[in-house]
Amino acid sequence: MDILSLFVIVPLLTVLVLIFAKDLKQARLISVIGMGIQFAMSINLIFAYLKERAVNSDLMVFTKDVVWYETFNIHYSIGVDAISVVMIALTAIVVFAGIFISWKTDDLPKEFFMSLIALSLGVFGFFISTDLFTLFVFFEIAVIPIYLLIGIWGSGPKENSAMKLTLMLMGASAILSVGILGIYFNSNADGGALTFNILEIAKVNIPEAAQNIFFPLVFIGFAVIGGLFPFHTWSPSGHASAPTAVSMLHAGVLMKLGGYGVFRVSMYLLPVGALNWSDFFLVLTAFGVIYGAFGAIMQKDLKYVNAYASVSHLSLVLFALLMFNRTAWTGAIIQSLSHGLLTAMFFALIGMVYGRTHTREISKLGGIMKVLPFIGAIYVITGLAYLGLPGFSGFVAEMTVFVGSFQHPDLFHRILTIIVVSSIVVTAVYILRMVGKIMMGPLSNSAYKDLPKATWFEKTGLILLLIPVILIGVLPLGLSEILKESIQPLLERLL
Amino acid sequence: MDFSYTILIPLIPLALFLLLGLFSKKIPASISGWIGSLGLGTSFALSLYTVYHYFLEGKLNGVYQTFIYKQTWLVFTDKLHIDLGVLIDPISVMMLVVVTTISFMVHLYSRGYMKGDDGYTRFFAYLALFSFSMLGLVLATNLFQMYIFWELVGASSFLLIGYYYTKPSAVAAAKKAFIVTRFADLGFLIGILLISYYTGTFDFQDLTSEEGLLIAGWGASASFMGLSVFTWGLILIYMGGVGKSAMLPFHIWLPDAMEGPTPVSALIHAATMVVAGVYLVARLFPAYYFVEDGFALQVVAYVGAISSLVAALIAITQTDIKRVLAFSTMSQIGYMMLALGVSKYEGHEGVGYMASMFHLFTHAMFKALLFLGAGSVIHAVHSNYMKDMGGLRKYMPITHITFLIASLSIAGFPGFAGFFSKDEILVAAFESNKLIYFSSVFVAGLTAFYMFRLYFNIFWGEDRKYKHAPHESPLTMTLPLLFLAFMSVAAGYIPFSEYITADGMPFETHLNLPLAAIASSVGIIGIILAYIFYKKPTNLPEKFANAFGFVYKWIYNKLYFDELYIFVTKKILFGIVAFSASWFDKHVVDGSMIGIGNVTVSISNKIKGMQSGKFQDYAMSFVGGIVVIAMVVFYIWIN
Repeated sequence: MDILSLFVIVPLLTVLVLIFAKDLKQARLISVIGMGIQFAMSINLIFAYLKERAVNSDLMVFTKDVVWYETFNIHYSIGVDAISVVMIALTAIVVFAGIFISWKTDDLPKEFFMSLIALSLGVFGFFISTDLFTLFVFFEIAVIPIYLLIGIWGSGPKENSAMKLTLMLMGASAILSVGILGIYFNSNADGGALTFNILEIAKVNIPEAAQNIFFPLVFIGFAVIGGLFPFHTWSPSGHASAPTAVSMLHAGVLMKLGGYGVFRVSMYLLPVGALNWSDFFLVLTAFGVIYGAFGAIMQKDLKYVNAYASVSHLSLVLFALLMFNRTAWTGAIIQSLSHGLLTAMFFALIGMVYGRTHTREISKLGGIMKVLPFIGAIYVITGLAYLGLPGFSGFVAEMTVFVGSFQHPDLFHRILTIIVVSSIVVTAVYILRMVGKIMMGPLSNSAYKDLPKATWFEKTGLILLLIPVILIGVLPLGLSEILKESIQPLLERLL
Repeated sequence: MDFSYTILIPLIPLALFLLLGLFSKKIPASISGWIGSLGLGTSFALSLYTVYHYFLEGKLNGVYQTFIYKQTWLVFTDKLHIDLGVLIDPISVMMLVVVTTISFMVHLYSRGYMKGDDGYTRFFAYLALFSFSMLGLVLATNLFQMYIFWELVGASSFLLIGYYYTKPSAVAAAKKAFIVTRFADLGFLIGILLISYYTGTFDFQDLTSEEGLLIAGWGASASFMGLSVFTWGLILIYMGGVGKSAMLPFHIWLPDAMEGPTPVSALIHAATMVVAGVYLVARLFPAYYFVEDGFALQVVAYVGAISSLVAALIAITQTDIKRVLAFSTMSQIGYMMLALGVSKYEGHEGVGYMASMFHLFTHAMFKALLFLGAGSVIHAVHSNYMKDMGGLRKYMPITHITFLIASLSIAGFPGFAGFFSKDEILVAAFESNKLIYFSSVFVAGLTAFYMFRLYFNIFWGEDRKYKHAPHESPLTMTLPLLFLAFMSVAAGYIPFSEYITADGMPFETHLNLPLAAIASSVGIIGIILAYIFYKKPTNLPEKFANAFGFVYKWIYNKLYFDELYIFVTKKILFGIVAFSASWFDKHVVDGSMIGIGNVTVSISNKIKGMQSGKFQDYAMSFVGGIVVIAMVVFYIWIN
């Protein structure tokens, strides 16, 4: 079995074995083993990739190609570059941590872990695919379990939130499928057979008229899940109702599919369309950055704060991608990683606080640090990392985006960059407001005096996420260099 | 010559931070204080050695050389990359001494001051983190490294102000300090972006090099509102300095920052972090001076002069002793800024630059001493307010004497350190801008007055019938006081112009007797007035306060800057912008999405009747359809 397909096989096997689990203990044990293997494989993949990259200068390495539906020339074709490798690693870390955070799922544990891992299967498949159709199939596999996870294990108005989220994402998928078919039917512009293969399509030039029509469809199709204003409203209510691990996975990984799809598919295959449409979407994403940040300030529910913060931070990813320059793109990908880890930490921490106090209302919480020193300390660290403190991944990501975007020769782009840079102040405001209120100050409720301390599995989950945040923040050079190498060929199509 | 060992000076505190931070639960308080102090002591010793080594051997052809050791940390583009490393030149070496001296003293002092506190180890971990960040800032080789450590000192300041995190006022002050300075840092960051875009470099060496003084031409092609983009970049960078150094209009966080433990105020909010802005301008001085005939430098001068005047006025009216000292700090930093602002570049004309660094040095010593002395007093009477103090000289002789020395020094009394450095500043101002000179002399008088108001109120005046008789602080606290008191005198006799000049070439300075005489007599008048007002309890102060009526009230309320900020942030940004953003999102954006959903549902409700399952209905539609199509075809055929 090749090194990449295992990333789909292992979750699949884990789900199958989970069918036979009898209770929570078995279910979580199976999940931890399965995802532990997945995690180890992802670390191994990083080193294997570096080794392979040294001798292999192809765009994608570890490629494999199997036909699975000949009539329409659909293949199971896979391959990775540095970007997919780091995304796979991110997913593996977040899922692994998510299993630890869900250690005490009492309600239908087996089914919960099955859905969670099925979701991750879709994500892993998405990141290794180089065939548009296969990629789309994995995308849908990732989206559907969310409905069940929120609808069954969620809280609050969970049915409504699950419905809204799923319908909006499905609507986006519908638009996306039109776009993908548009690409498919134009994929033989220079003669030859129609193909879904991304690498093949990139070699032909789709007519400009078609690009102009299909670029916005594909872009929006992906960007909805990436938190594009004004299609982001599924996110706050969806996150608020979702169980902790699902929020972690959703904001941490699933929303990253948006940005990934945007540059891997829409920009790479429709470069002219991208250039023609970039100003429009650039304004939209720049607005999203500021709007999300201001939206987060006045929220009353912790998860809502984080949801709007995610809109702001992920709009920054899309913004940077639309700058079409190598540095900004590197920043966009580091921002995806950084946000994925940090937002997963935030949701995990919120889940821990909620699990103990049974409230997420900011006004009802206060002084939690005194009673939960570990959770409090990590909360403060996460907050500082989130607002871009040097030494953590957020700073590296944001600065790379800012410096990169500001190198754009066009004045309009530089002015937009300055507007986007201003978000760092607003971010500081909502993060400190939240941290200051719930963690610091006097204890808001004497009933909180004896809250149980953080358990070993909670600590494990948090530390798993924190380590890469610090690693990227302290030693960013290696990561940014291997990303740049992979970005170069993607970007050349746009210049 | 090899100065690469200087990298250890910041790395030792970093190691301390990691050690104390990660094992804060396991390391007992009795040890952690010692670990911290010993570590900082090592850094201190290394810094002293660096000074000795550098000023003895660092000259080539009469000019002090710059030594750089660096490592690439992150690459942005082909030209732009962030290096981390150390830059050794006269001002960074001087700052090393300032930071490690004060930090070491504060560590020693805190062992007594923080005794018995719950978070004792955590406190020392934060102190170490701050020392590391500040040293990294001082040694920065490029703008971006400075920005990195700039943010880190901001964060350590946040943690230390909010050290008593269960106290709402401390939390509010910590947030305020962070957010206000972050807003200013936004200017810093945009300035870096602008300048690096036009020059293609972050390096201080390139930005200030002799050839680089063609920098004057940089960005000349692009201008905005009559000023070159480069000047705008420098002004924006200065905005960061204004925030960190608590100059107008970003000074509002500094008085509140006094919520932190007093040793923290001494270290961060008096001697080191708040002078980062001054250091930043000094670091980029050639750029400020040469670009567009020093327009940006003019801004520096006026901001400094106005801040120093306003702060001195406010200091007169405050009753919390730490707040008096906070405004005093702001006023003195204003001095340093204006000295840089009026300075020129070459030889003796660069006296302002030298004076600014000189004053930075002496101020660090006597202001740290004042704060530590105030801490000693607060420790004894458990209050920050003057009304709870009086007659303490009998109870606390060492604190009293050292505080007096520091007060004389800051008041510019002849023979004390502050006298020499302030004199140079006044000389520089006199030679270049008379308006600023007169304002500075007036501020000198005000300084002497408010300092002695403080001194007499604390140590003289009425004995307050203390419930528990106040007693002198333990040796671990008084020892740093004595050392700093020594420095508050001795620092003045260092021939600064031999070591630190704008162009790296030593020159000779002499006391300018007439100017020194004017300044010190103004200072002495201030002291005498304070003596009359506050030596014995009188109703004179009240009378004056009443006589000035609303002016007094206005100043007492710090010119209502806080209220203005609260209005802008709470009412406008939160109340209007943020509130409407969340309202808009919920009702308009999400509303329209839900609307689309509802419309879909209602349309499907309406048209679901079509799928009735009745054959007649389908046949009817079928026939109707054929008729319509036939009519269309027929119509087209006719035309």
